[in-house]
Order: sequence, then structure tokens, then C-alpha cells
Amino acid sequence: MEQVVQSLISGIVVGSIYALVALGFVLIYKSTAVINFAQGELLMFGAYICLTLVTTLKLPFLVAFVVTLLAAALLGFLLERLFLRPMIGEPIISVIMLTIGLASLMQGFIHVTWGSDTMVFPAIFSPEPLRFAGIAISQVYVYSVLAAVICLVLFNLYFRFSSSGIAMRAVANDQQAAQAMGISISKIFAIAWAIAAIVAGIGGILIGNINGVNTSLSAFGLKVFPAVILGGLDSIPGAILGGFIIGVLEALSGIYLDPVFEGGTKEVVPFIVLVIILMIKPYGLFGTEEIEKI
Amino acid sequence: MAIKCGVFKTTYEDDEAIWQTKASKFWITVLIVSLIIFPFVFQDSKYLLHIADSVLIAIIAALGLNILTGFTGQISLGHGAFIGVGAYASGYFMNQFGLPFLSCLLIAGFITAFVGMIFGIPSLRLKGLYLAIATLAAQVILEFVFIRWRVVTGGSQGLLVAPASIGGFAFDSEFKFYFLALAFAILAILVAKNIVRMKPGRAFMAIRDRYISAEIIGVPLFQYKLLAFGISSFFAGVSGSLWAHYIGIITPEHFNVVVSIQYLSMIIIGGLGSIFGTILGTIFIVLLPEILRAISGPLSSSYPILIDIFNALREGVFGLVIIMFLIFEPDGLAHRWRMIKNYWKLWPFSY
Repeated sequence: MEQVVQSLISGIVVGSIYALVALGFVLIYKSTAVINFAQGELLMFGAYICLTLVTTLKLPFLVAFVVTLLAAALLGFLLERLFLRPMIGEPIISVIMLTIGLASLMQGFIHVTWGSDTMVFPAIFSPEPLRFAGIAISQVYVYSVLAAVICLVLFNLYFRFSSSGIAMRAVANDQQAAQAMGISISKIFAIAWAIAAIVAGIGGILIGNINGVNTSLSAFGLKVFPAVILGGLDSIPGAILGGFIIGVLEALSGIYLDPVFEGGTKEVVPFIVLVIILMIKPYGLFGTEEIEKI
Repeated sequence: MAIKCGVFKTTYEDDEAIWQTKASKFWITVLIVSLIIFPFVFQDSKYLLHIADSVLIAIIAALGLNILTGFTGQISLGHGAFIGVGAYASGYFMNQFGLPFLSCLLIAGFITAFVGMIFGIPSLRLKGLYLAIATLAAQVILEFVFIRWRVVTGGSQGLLVAPASIGGFAFDSEFKFYFLALAFAILAILVAKNIVRMKPGRAFMAIRDRYISAEIIGVPLFQYKLLAFGISSFFAGVSGSLWAHYIGIITPEHFNVVVSIQYLSMIIIGGLGSIFGTILGTIFIVLLPEILRAISGPLSSSYPILIDIFNALREGVFGLVIIMFLIFEPDGLAHRWRMIKNYWKLWPFSY
């Protein structure tokens, strides 16, 4: 029982990071209709930048954190401006392929710059675990979930109350109508990419603190698909919920299925769930069903 | 051998002819003859022959993917895994039942077609982005099966397979295998070209261009989408079987998601919905890492760090090339080729 609770907790922690990555993913999809296969690389980029700032430049963690987010935002702007802007109006498959190419390019860049060895963050949180009702939880976990929840709440508020957040929702809803209301679409696209890069960067820093930083972090980019499909591709609450569900599901399959299949089920169970959802409810829990007319 | 300087077609049959002009017939014959002579000239260079073999095997699978993605408009991110299904099926049937190579190849094709059609079922309800994600799931699930279903696949240790042989003649070297691969590649090109020209091909294109309209004019969507998945996977299976008996050992990492992405990039760089473009794109993508290796080889004596980062560099350049093509040449190499041809058709009065 102890073990089950422990892995459920780590499932929730990992799930909160999936939720962050999924949030950025859905944001890009909603406002620009682009499926971003490079989301995992954005996460990895954030983790490496923060790590470099902390270890090489010896900046205090909080400063490094803020600088990383600025760098991530800049990267998001640049990617949108350089690579995505010319693709407006191209067929879906080309855009998908472009983000796959971006992923490959960033992988190569990160590999060349930082090498492929696992690097560890210096201990920022004290290793002394916190105790809730007799269950030990390491502090990193608590802060990760806390940070993730704060981000999710902040972004929800942003979309609800700030004018650029509202403009973003308007663009997501109907691009032409939004344009007619005087909203600059290209600006919104750039903001969407910047925010996606920021939340992915936060996710990267958190997971980097837990597991260390290496190039396998980009796998998070693929794991985000089951989460967003479960929640519905164009629903932000859905993506968040989906992220948590997939995280917990992974943890459970790690306990109950791994002994049967000799490990590795964590990688595949989310995708089996994905196929099942697509078969019975293609638009996920909260996604809007597309109705097509000629 | 004059080249015609305009369009002189008077019937639809002319439009669809494989031999568009006498000149093209002549040059294609020259090309095929030189492809047959090629291995005799470079008999000593195992490296060159290996690349040629890889290109020929890859062309078969890429044609399959282009029928599915380029002609029918169904995005597949699982093609690499389907090639794997073909490879394992062929190897398993040869090892367990001692079947001859050709029947293994056929069985592999049909099994892969069947698996492909199963994963094609969601395509009725899904399209575009959703389908891409569903096929990605197929890729992940099949990869898991390759590693875990040890009885059949040999797990991560791999499965040893005997070289291909027909009627007692073993194609057990790069040189001998070249002819087998060439024969199958030409056959695949002919089959693909004819599928595309026939009724199914027209139905595929109708579905790609506007599936609701296609359904209204009487194209049964589900049937043809499944057929596209089946044909595409059959090609993948045949290619996988050839690859298995060529390489001799099948391991799961030959069929991971990176391979699927490479095949997608072949048809995109070559040109979606173009048989000729598929061939160009395949050659380009297979040669790309080799060219990089050739460039970084001499440089690495002065910059030894290049050896360490070669893989990363290859990945980065691969991504960059795809991006550049998508932005600057979205219609692919086939389109560029047509432009060049048109330019020379009217040269020197190209206005």
C-alpha cells in the first residue's frame, strides 16, 4: 500500500508536468491550428538553459528561473517568426512535418551544445522529505506540483481577464471575426508560441530537478499526445485534466502491468488508452466536435 | 531523338500513358540499362552497392507511404513500424516453417497489409491531425510488441534471418542482392503507377481533395481508405521482408519512430502525390547522411570533435533540410524537375 501511494504521488507529479506541456500544446493548437511536435524539445531547451545558468554562471535559482523563462519566450517568438509564419496556408501535413523538422533541428542543436550525458541540478530544495499523514514526500515533488498548479491557475486567469488573453481566445474561436475586430493575428500567433515555450520551459526545469537533465527529456513531447487527446485537442481544462490522468495511469501501469510484461508498459499504456479514446470518443472529454459542411 | 516542344495530346489515354513520348521511352530504357550495368562497374565498392541496395529497398516502402499520404491524404506516422511487421513476419515464417523466400515475402506483405488495415479502421472517424496521432500510437504499440513478444521477434536481441534465395540461388552479397532489389523496386514502381492510374487511384485522389464530395459522387469512403492503408502496408511489408533478408538480423530499433519520420520526409521532399518524386526523395534522404559523413570525414582530422557530435549534427541537418524544403520548395523535388523540364522544352525561347 505504501508503495502504491508513493507511485501514485509521483504519478501526480509527472502528471502535473504533462499538464504544463499539454497546456502549451493546446494553446498553440487552439490559436494557430498547428500540432507542435517540438513541444518536448521546448521543454528540454528550458531545462538546459536553466541548468547552465545555475551551474556555469552560478546565478541563484530564482534569477536563473526568470531568465530561462525570458529566453524561452524569445525562442518561441523566433520559431514562430522564422519557421511557422511562412507556413500559413500550407496543408496540415506540411505544417506537422515542419514541427517534426524543428524538433530534429533542436535535438541536434542541444546535443551539439550540451552533449548527451545526464546532468544534475545542484540541490535547490532540501533533501529532507515532508511528511503528510505518515507518507514521506520529497520537497521537490511538493514544489513541482505547487508550481504547476500556480501556472495553471495564472494562465487560466490570463485567458479570462487580460486583454491579450481574451484576444487569444477570440482568435482561437474565429480567426476572421477576430481580425475584423482589429486583433492582430500574427501578434497572437507569436504570443501563443512564446507562452507555449514558457510553460514547456517551466515543465523542463521542474522535471530536470527531479530526474536530471538529458536528451531523453524530449520524450515528454510525445507523451503529451495521449493527454491532449484524452482531454480534447482544443480544451485547456481538458489538457490539464488529461495530463494528470495520464501521469497517474502511467504510475499505476508501472505497479500492476510491469511485472506481467517485464517492464516498459509505462511507455505504451498511454498510447493504448489514446487509441481506445479515439475509437469511442474521438474528440476527447471536452473537445468540440467538428461539423463539416461542403 | 527530338523532344516535343508542346502538348500534342488528343485523347485521355495519351494523358495517362506511361511512355509520354518516344524520347522519354528511350531515356528510361537507357536509365534501366545503366542501372543494370552500375553494379558491374562498382563491383568492388561494397559501400556504394550497400547504399544502392538501401535506396532500392526504401523506394518500395516510400511508394506505399505516398499512396497513403500523398494520394489519399491520410497521414501516417507509423510506416516504420509497418516495415518492421513485414520484416518480422518474413523472418518468422522462414525460420519456423522453412518456407522459400518468395512465399515469405508475399506472406509478409499480406500480414502487414492486414495489420495496417486494423490501424486504418479509426481513419473513418478521424482525419488530419487526429489520424496522425492515431498512427503515432500504432507506431508506439507495435514497437512495444517487437521488443516484448520474444517468442516471435527475438526481443531486443534480434532475429537472425537467412539471406534471400530463389530456386537455390542465394542473394547473399551486396552485389547479388542489388539485382533482386532492383527487380522489386521496378515492379513496385510499375504497380504503384498503375494503381494510381486506375479506378482506386482516382478514388484515392477524390478522397484526398474533398472527402465529402467524393462520398457524394459515390466513392465508398471506408472501403477505399482501408484499401489505401492495405496497399500502403503491403508495400511496407515487402520492403521490410527484403530488408530483413538483406541485412540478416532484425532488431527493433530499425523500425522506430525516427524511421517513420524519415519516410514521411522522403515523400514530402520528393513531392506528395508523385511517383517520380518519391524516387527522388528517397534517394535524397538516404544519401543525406552519407554526404554528411563524406564531408565531416576529411574535416575531422583537423576538428576531431566532429566524430563525437556526428550523430547530433546529422539530426540537426536533417531537421534543417526538411524545414528548408517545406518553406522554399513545398511541392518537392518532382515539381522542381518539372520546372527544369519545361524550361528546356521551349529553350531558347522560353517565354
